[in-house]
Amino acid sequence: MRDPSFPHRHLLGIEGLNSAEINYLLDLSERYVDLNRGAQKTSTILSGRTIVNLFFENSTRTRTSFELAAKRLGANVINMQVETSSVSKGETLIDTAVTLNAMHPDVLAVRHPDSGAVKLLADKVNCGVVNGGDGSHEHPTQALLDALTIRRRKGKLNGLLVAICGDVLHSRVARSNFLLLLTMGARVRIIAPRTLIPSNVDRMGVEVFTDMAAGLKDADIVMMLRVQNERMRGSFIPSIREYFHFFGLDHEKLKQAKPDALIMHPGPMNRGVEIDSDVADDVERSAIREQVEMGVAVRMAVLEVLAKNSMSHNADDTLGRTGT
Amino acid sequence: MSVAKPGRVAYINARVLDPATNRDAPGEVLTSGEEIVEISTKLFDGKLPADVEVVDCDGMCLAPGLVDMRVQLREPGEEHKESLKSAGEAAVASGVTTMVCLPNTNPIMDDEPTLEFVARRARLLALTKVYCYGAITKGLQGKELAEMGLLAEAGALAFTDATRAVADAQVMRRALQYGATFGLMIVQHPEEPTLATGVMNAGEIATRMGLSGIPREAEIIMLERDIRLVAMTGGRYHAAHISTADSVEIIAKAKADGLKVTCDTAPFYFALNELSVSDYRTFAKLSPPLRADEDRRAIVEGLKSGVIDAIASDHAPQDSDSKRLPFPQAAFGGSGLETLLAVSLDLYHNGDMTLLDVIRRLTSAPAALLGLEAGRLAKGSKADLIIFDPNQGWKVIADKFKSKSKNSPFDGRPVQGRVLRTVIDGRTVFDALPNQPAQPAAKRAAKA
Repeated sequence: MRDPSFPHRHLLGIEGLNSAEINYLLDLSERYVDLNRGAQKTSTILSGRTIVNLFFENSTRTRTSFELAAKRLGANVINMQVETSSVSKGETLIDTAVTLNAMHPDVLAVRHPDSGAVKLLADKVNCGVVNGGDGSHEHPTQALLDALTIRRRKGKLNGLLVAICGDVLHSRVARSNFLLLLTMGARVRIIAPRTLIPSNVDRMGVEVFTDMAAGLKDADIVMMLRVQNERMRGSFIPSIREYFHFFGLDHEKLKQAKPDALIMHPGPMNRGVEIDSDVADDVERSAIREQVEMGVAVRMAVLEVLAKNSMSHNADDTLGRTGT
Repeated sequence: MSVAKPGRVAYINARVLDPATNRDAPGEVLTSGEEIVEISTKLFDGKLPADVEVVDCDGMCLAPGLVDMRVQLREPGEEHKESLKSAGEAAVASGVTTMVCLPNTNPIMDDEPTLEFVARRARLLALTKVYCYGAITKGLQGKELAEMGLLAEAGALAFTDATRAVADAQVMRRALQYGATFGLMIVQHPEEPTLATGVMNAGEIATRMGLSGIPREAEIIMLERDIRLVAMTGGRYHAAHISTADSVEIIAKAKADGLKVTCDTAPFYFALNELSVSDYRTFAKLSPPLRADEDRRAIVEGLKSGVIDAIASDHAPQDSDSKRLPFPQAAFGGSGLETLLAVSLDLYHNGDMTLLDVIRRLTSAPAALLGLEAGRLAKGSKADLIIFDPNQGWKVIADKFKSKSKNSPFDGRPVQGRVLRTVIDGRTVFDALPNQPAQPAAKRAAKA
């Protein structure tokens, strides 16, 4: 039987989750924070189970975080880094899914540069799949770890004013975050030049600002997004210099936010591009290192729930179904 | 700067024209230092204090100084064609007290230092006030956005790639989006470059002359595309020098649809048609090209109805080496500053528009588009004003221009309307006003 508090086979995105399910995952993650801070960091809850990290895009921190989470739960972990340079990506992806499925893993943690690719793969396997980031679509474990960080610092999510600033157009982190925060009753603002604001994003419930000072006014949380260098050479933004001048977070702009506003960044940071080093390293206000710690705890919670649901799924389902 | 600070000056017996307040009535204006301090029917009830310098306008028109929103000044880079000094002298003699120059200088105004160079040089010359457009794209190449935010902070009023259209639709889309981020206006030279490979208006005349044509559709297609992008992005868009009847319709519809769209035209396009290029007159080779007479008449109608917001000189000085060439090889562009007022007044003399409305298109309307505190007579505003005789006839003789370049398509044309005095920040910078009453000695010295 699946976990009644989280009856999903996969975690492909925040979209579709309700606040009870999100809270359930966050509560479970809380317990793992305690475990991780103790001397004995290992549990045996997933002993004998197999977790595969399947990454079609370079990643160090997310992959390491998933790997560590799986190991601390006592699972066997395999890391697969797959080159995506092949012309027929779709075919490769489905072939890979079928191959992996035959090895009976319990959970796949998948990252892919194309939006929707993780769902395509999930449709073809019998195990649980957690989305480790797909294109510009979703990155649900990042949103969960951000929510956990905020909840621990502020005691709640409901009613907070969160400003998400930067390249919202290309950011899966931004999408998952505002979907989660809105579901939990927070107010979300996005701040960016109009070239980096997705069309009709206001219809999804966020408030749109193009002026950083106005957008940061009275914010409880300031969430900065990474801006890719190749987007800073005239296509979306004229230059790094101009971007930092208008949209880089420094102490001056930060004065608009609440005095105890928390600063977050999903990493890796471009110091001097979207965030000033002084702000990033401000121990009083920056939660950037804490976000990394919460990442492991959240991924432990997600892997535990999905592995358990996967076991029930395999038992319930007809044997030998390959899902092609 | 060692310019003597002017005292109080009373401009009396004037026909005061102020489009911003719809004033067209006999009246008087008092300035003190750099500012206008009083506008009334009769200053001091006719008893002028002894320390006030008196300028008797003798029934002539007194209006805000002209705001010319589109000039090419060629400095830095092509000082043999024009310089800030020669253009400044031409401008003050023509009643232009504010002008906005295009960024197609060398170096191009896509960075702050070039912008600041021009602003500083113009300030030192103390002639017409010069503002700049910033480039939309780096090097006017139409590919990568220039630092519009920083340029705006350095004083760029709006953005344009000057005489080049932003042809790539994705770049135009992002320019409008990025401009909207900071509330900046994007000014387009509306011409699809792949259609605009000719040298004059496409049609029968071009065919007879054996010249390659630029179809009207080059302008129409680009405007229609841009309007779609404005609707999509919510950007602020201004079409420069529109020249076809369809363009007027397109802009009228965009305005009716509530889009942030405006436009201007130049005297060339309401005063001349494609027949001006007969005899292969390269001075009439302009960009966009002079069109058919139906188009010219539609431009007049657009000015009357207000669809066309402003008149700009589109001053494009070219030296004789660039123009004394076979027609296809000659440079585009016409000198426009020194005929701006007189040719625009055709619209008044022909009975198409009131004098006040013509002056509006040359003053308060362009100032409003650019967010400039200029082009109006108001208490506390800068004393930038002109005295002119709307009826005085003269003949355009390009050789007598103060501008370094003489490439006027109006050369030899009889016109009506002459500037008699130009005042900037209370200082008289051009004076042809006859028969002034004796002044207090101190004031005469200050005036000199």
